[in-house]
Amino acid sequence: MMSYDFDWSSIPGALPFLWQGMQVTLQITLMAILVGIVWGTLLAMMRLSKQRWLSWFAAGYINLFRSIPLLLVLLWFFLILPRLLEGVPGITPGTDLRLSSAMVGFALFESAYYAEIIRAGILSIPKGQQAAAFALGMNYRAAMRFVVLPQALRNMLPLLLTQAIILFQDTSLVYVSALADFFGAAYKVGDRDGRLVELLLFAGAVYFILCYSASSLVNYLSKRMKA
Amino acid sequence: MISIRNVSKHYGHFQVLKDCSTEVTKGEVIVVCGPSGSGKSTLIKCINALEPFQQGEIVVNGISVGDSKTNLPKLRAQVGMVFQHFELFPHMSIMENLMLAQRVVLGRSPDEAQHKASSLLERVGLKAHGLKYPGQLSGGQQQRVAIARALCMDPICMLFDEPTSALDPEMINEVLDVMVELAQEGMTMLCVSHEMGFARKVANRVIFMDQGMIVEDAPSEEFFGKPRSERAQLFLSKILSH
Repeated sequence: MMSYDFDWSSIPGALPFLWQGMQVTLQITLMAILVGIVWGTLLAMMRLSKQRWLSWFAAGYINLFRSIPLLLVLLWFFLILPRLLEGVPGITPGTDLRLSSAMVGFALFESAYYAEIIRAGILSIPKGQQAAAFALGMNYRAAMRFVVLPQALRNMLPLLLTQAIILFQDTSLVYVSALADFFGAAYKVGDRDGRLVELLLFAGAVYFILCYSASSLVNYLSKRMKA
Repeated sequence: MISIRNVSKHYGHFQVLKDCSTEVTKGEVIVVCGPSGSGKSTLIKCINALEPFQQGEIVVNGISVGDSKTNLPKLRAQVGMVFQHFELFPHMSIMENLMLAQRVVLGRSPDEAQHKASSLLERVGLKAHGLKYPGQLSGGQQQRVAIARALCMDPICMLFDEPTSALDPEMINEVLDVMVELAQEGMTMLCVSHEMGFARKVANRVIFMDQGMIVEDAPSEEFFGKPRSERAQLFLSKILSH
């Protein structure tokens, strides 16, 4: 019978490198959440707009990104972004744009998902609220900003956080560009020391602990909000 | 102050308003009644353009509501409206509800807005509740807050869309009392309501609507004494008979 001898000794020394990887993961996640919510809110409002071409544009954008694998979108941006930025001063063919293109790719992709969550949130607010805001003399912007969106955001907070947790896990897909995010860093260390199994188990445990705690927090929050 | 001239509105082929015309002068209190689906709520919502209409003209204080060049937010800021379901903003305290539009629409300073809000809250008898949230108040209290919120804008007239029909019976009077007081102070009011006691007490005129038409538009003594139309007689006998 074969047995596998686990050897965890390469992990302690690799922690600083793994932490650097985690920072990359967190940077991409936060940037995608931030841009995703802002751009997603705009997309959701465009999609709900009475201006046909705005609503068509938003619907097209959302359907496009939701129908393409994330991996493909990321690859596009890794390949396209350096070309687009070729003429920009300070950027040479050697400049490492992998982090930036990962951020752009994730942000644009996640916006499509956030837009749908936010649109559902906006639609969950009774029409009378908007009518009341209008009746008080507010224009569309003010009614959205002060009356509809704050309530909608509150309703959709659990969904937005859940989407953020999924996003956090999906960032591991940047391995296609050999960018050392947390997963990539763990893979590199494991590959170097011939301890791939241990490192990947360790990485899995870290993802699990972080995501499970975050989703427990979401559950706690949404229960408290209902109370 | 408000002229409604030959207003018609339809949703597809269904006509909600048919050639409605009436005039409201300053200080007048008008009660609009009629069976459900008769278009009363739709008519008053046309006055502040919450509902669009296809034909005719509505002029409020010299401004044509249906004109595409009209600055609607500016017009609405001068026309107070109270809704059947209160529509207070649930994520804001009572004071914040009263201050929001003063700040955002009228550009009043925080001090000024707060001063106005607390004096109107006192007027509707809810001074102690300013820091509460709408969900913590009863229906009657919420509707009084909604009236105060509309009054904070110093409106030139007030529209009431069935302000008491979502209330428990024991709360109707506290809201009507505020409305009676407002009427007696000379506020121009247009109220969609089935509260005939209120109508008798303060209304100068009663408008009776049925199937999208203004069937009767008469001084209230005349309306309650002997309505001219059969439909209004029938309606009155039904709601006054018990």
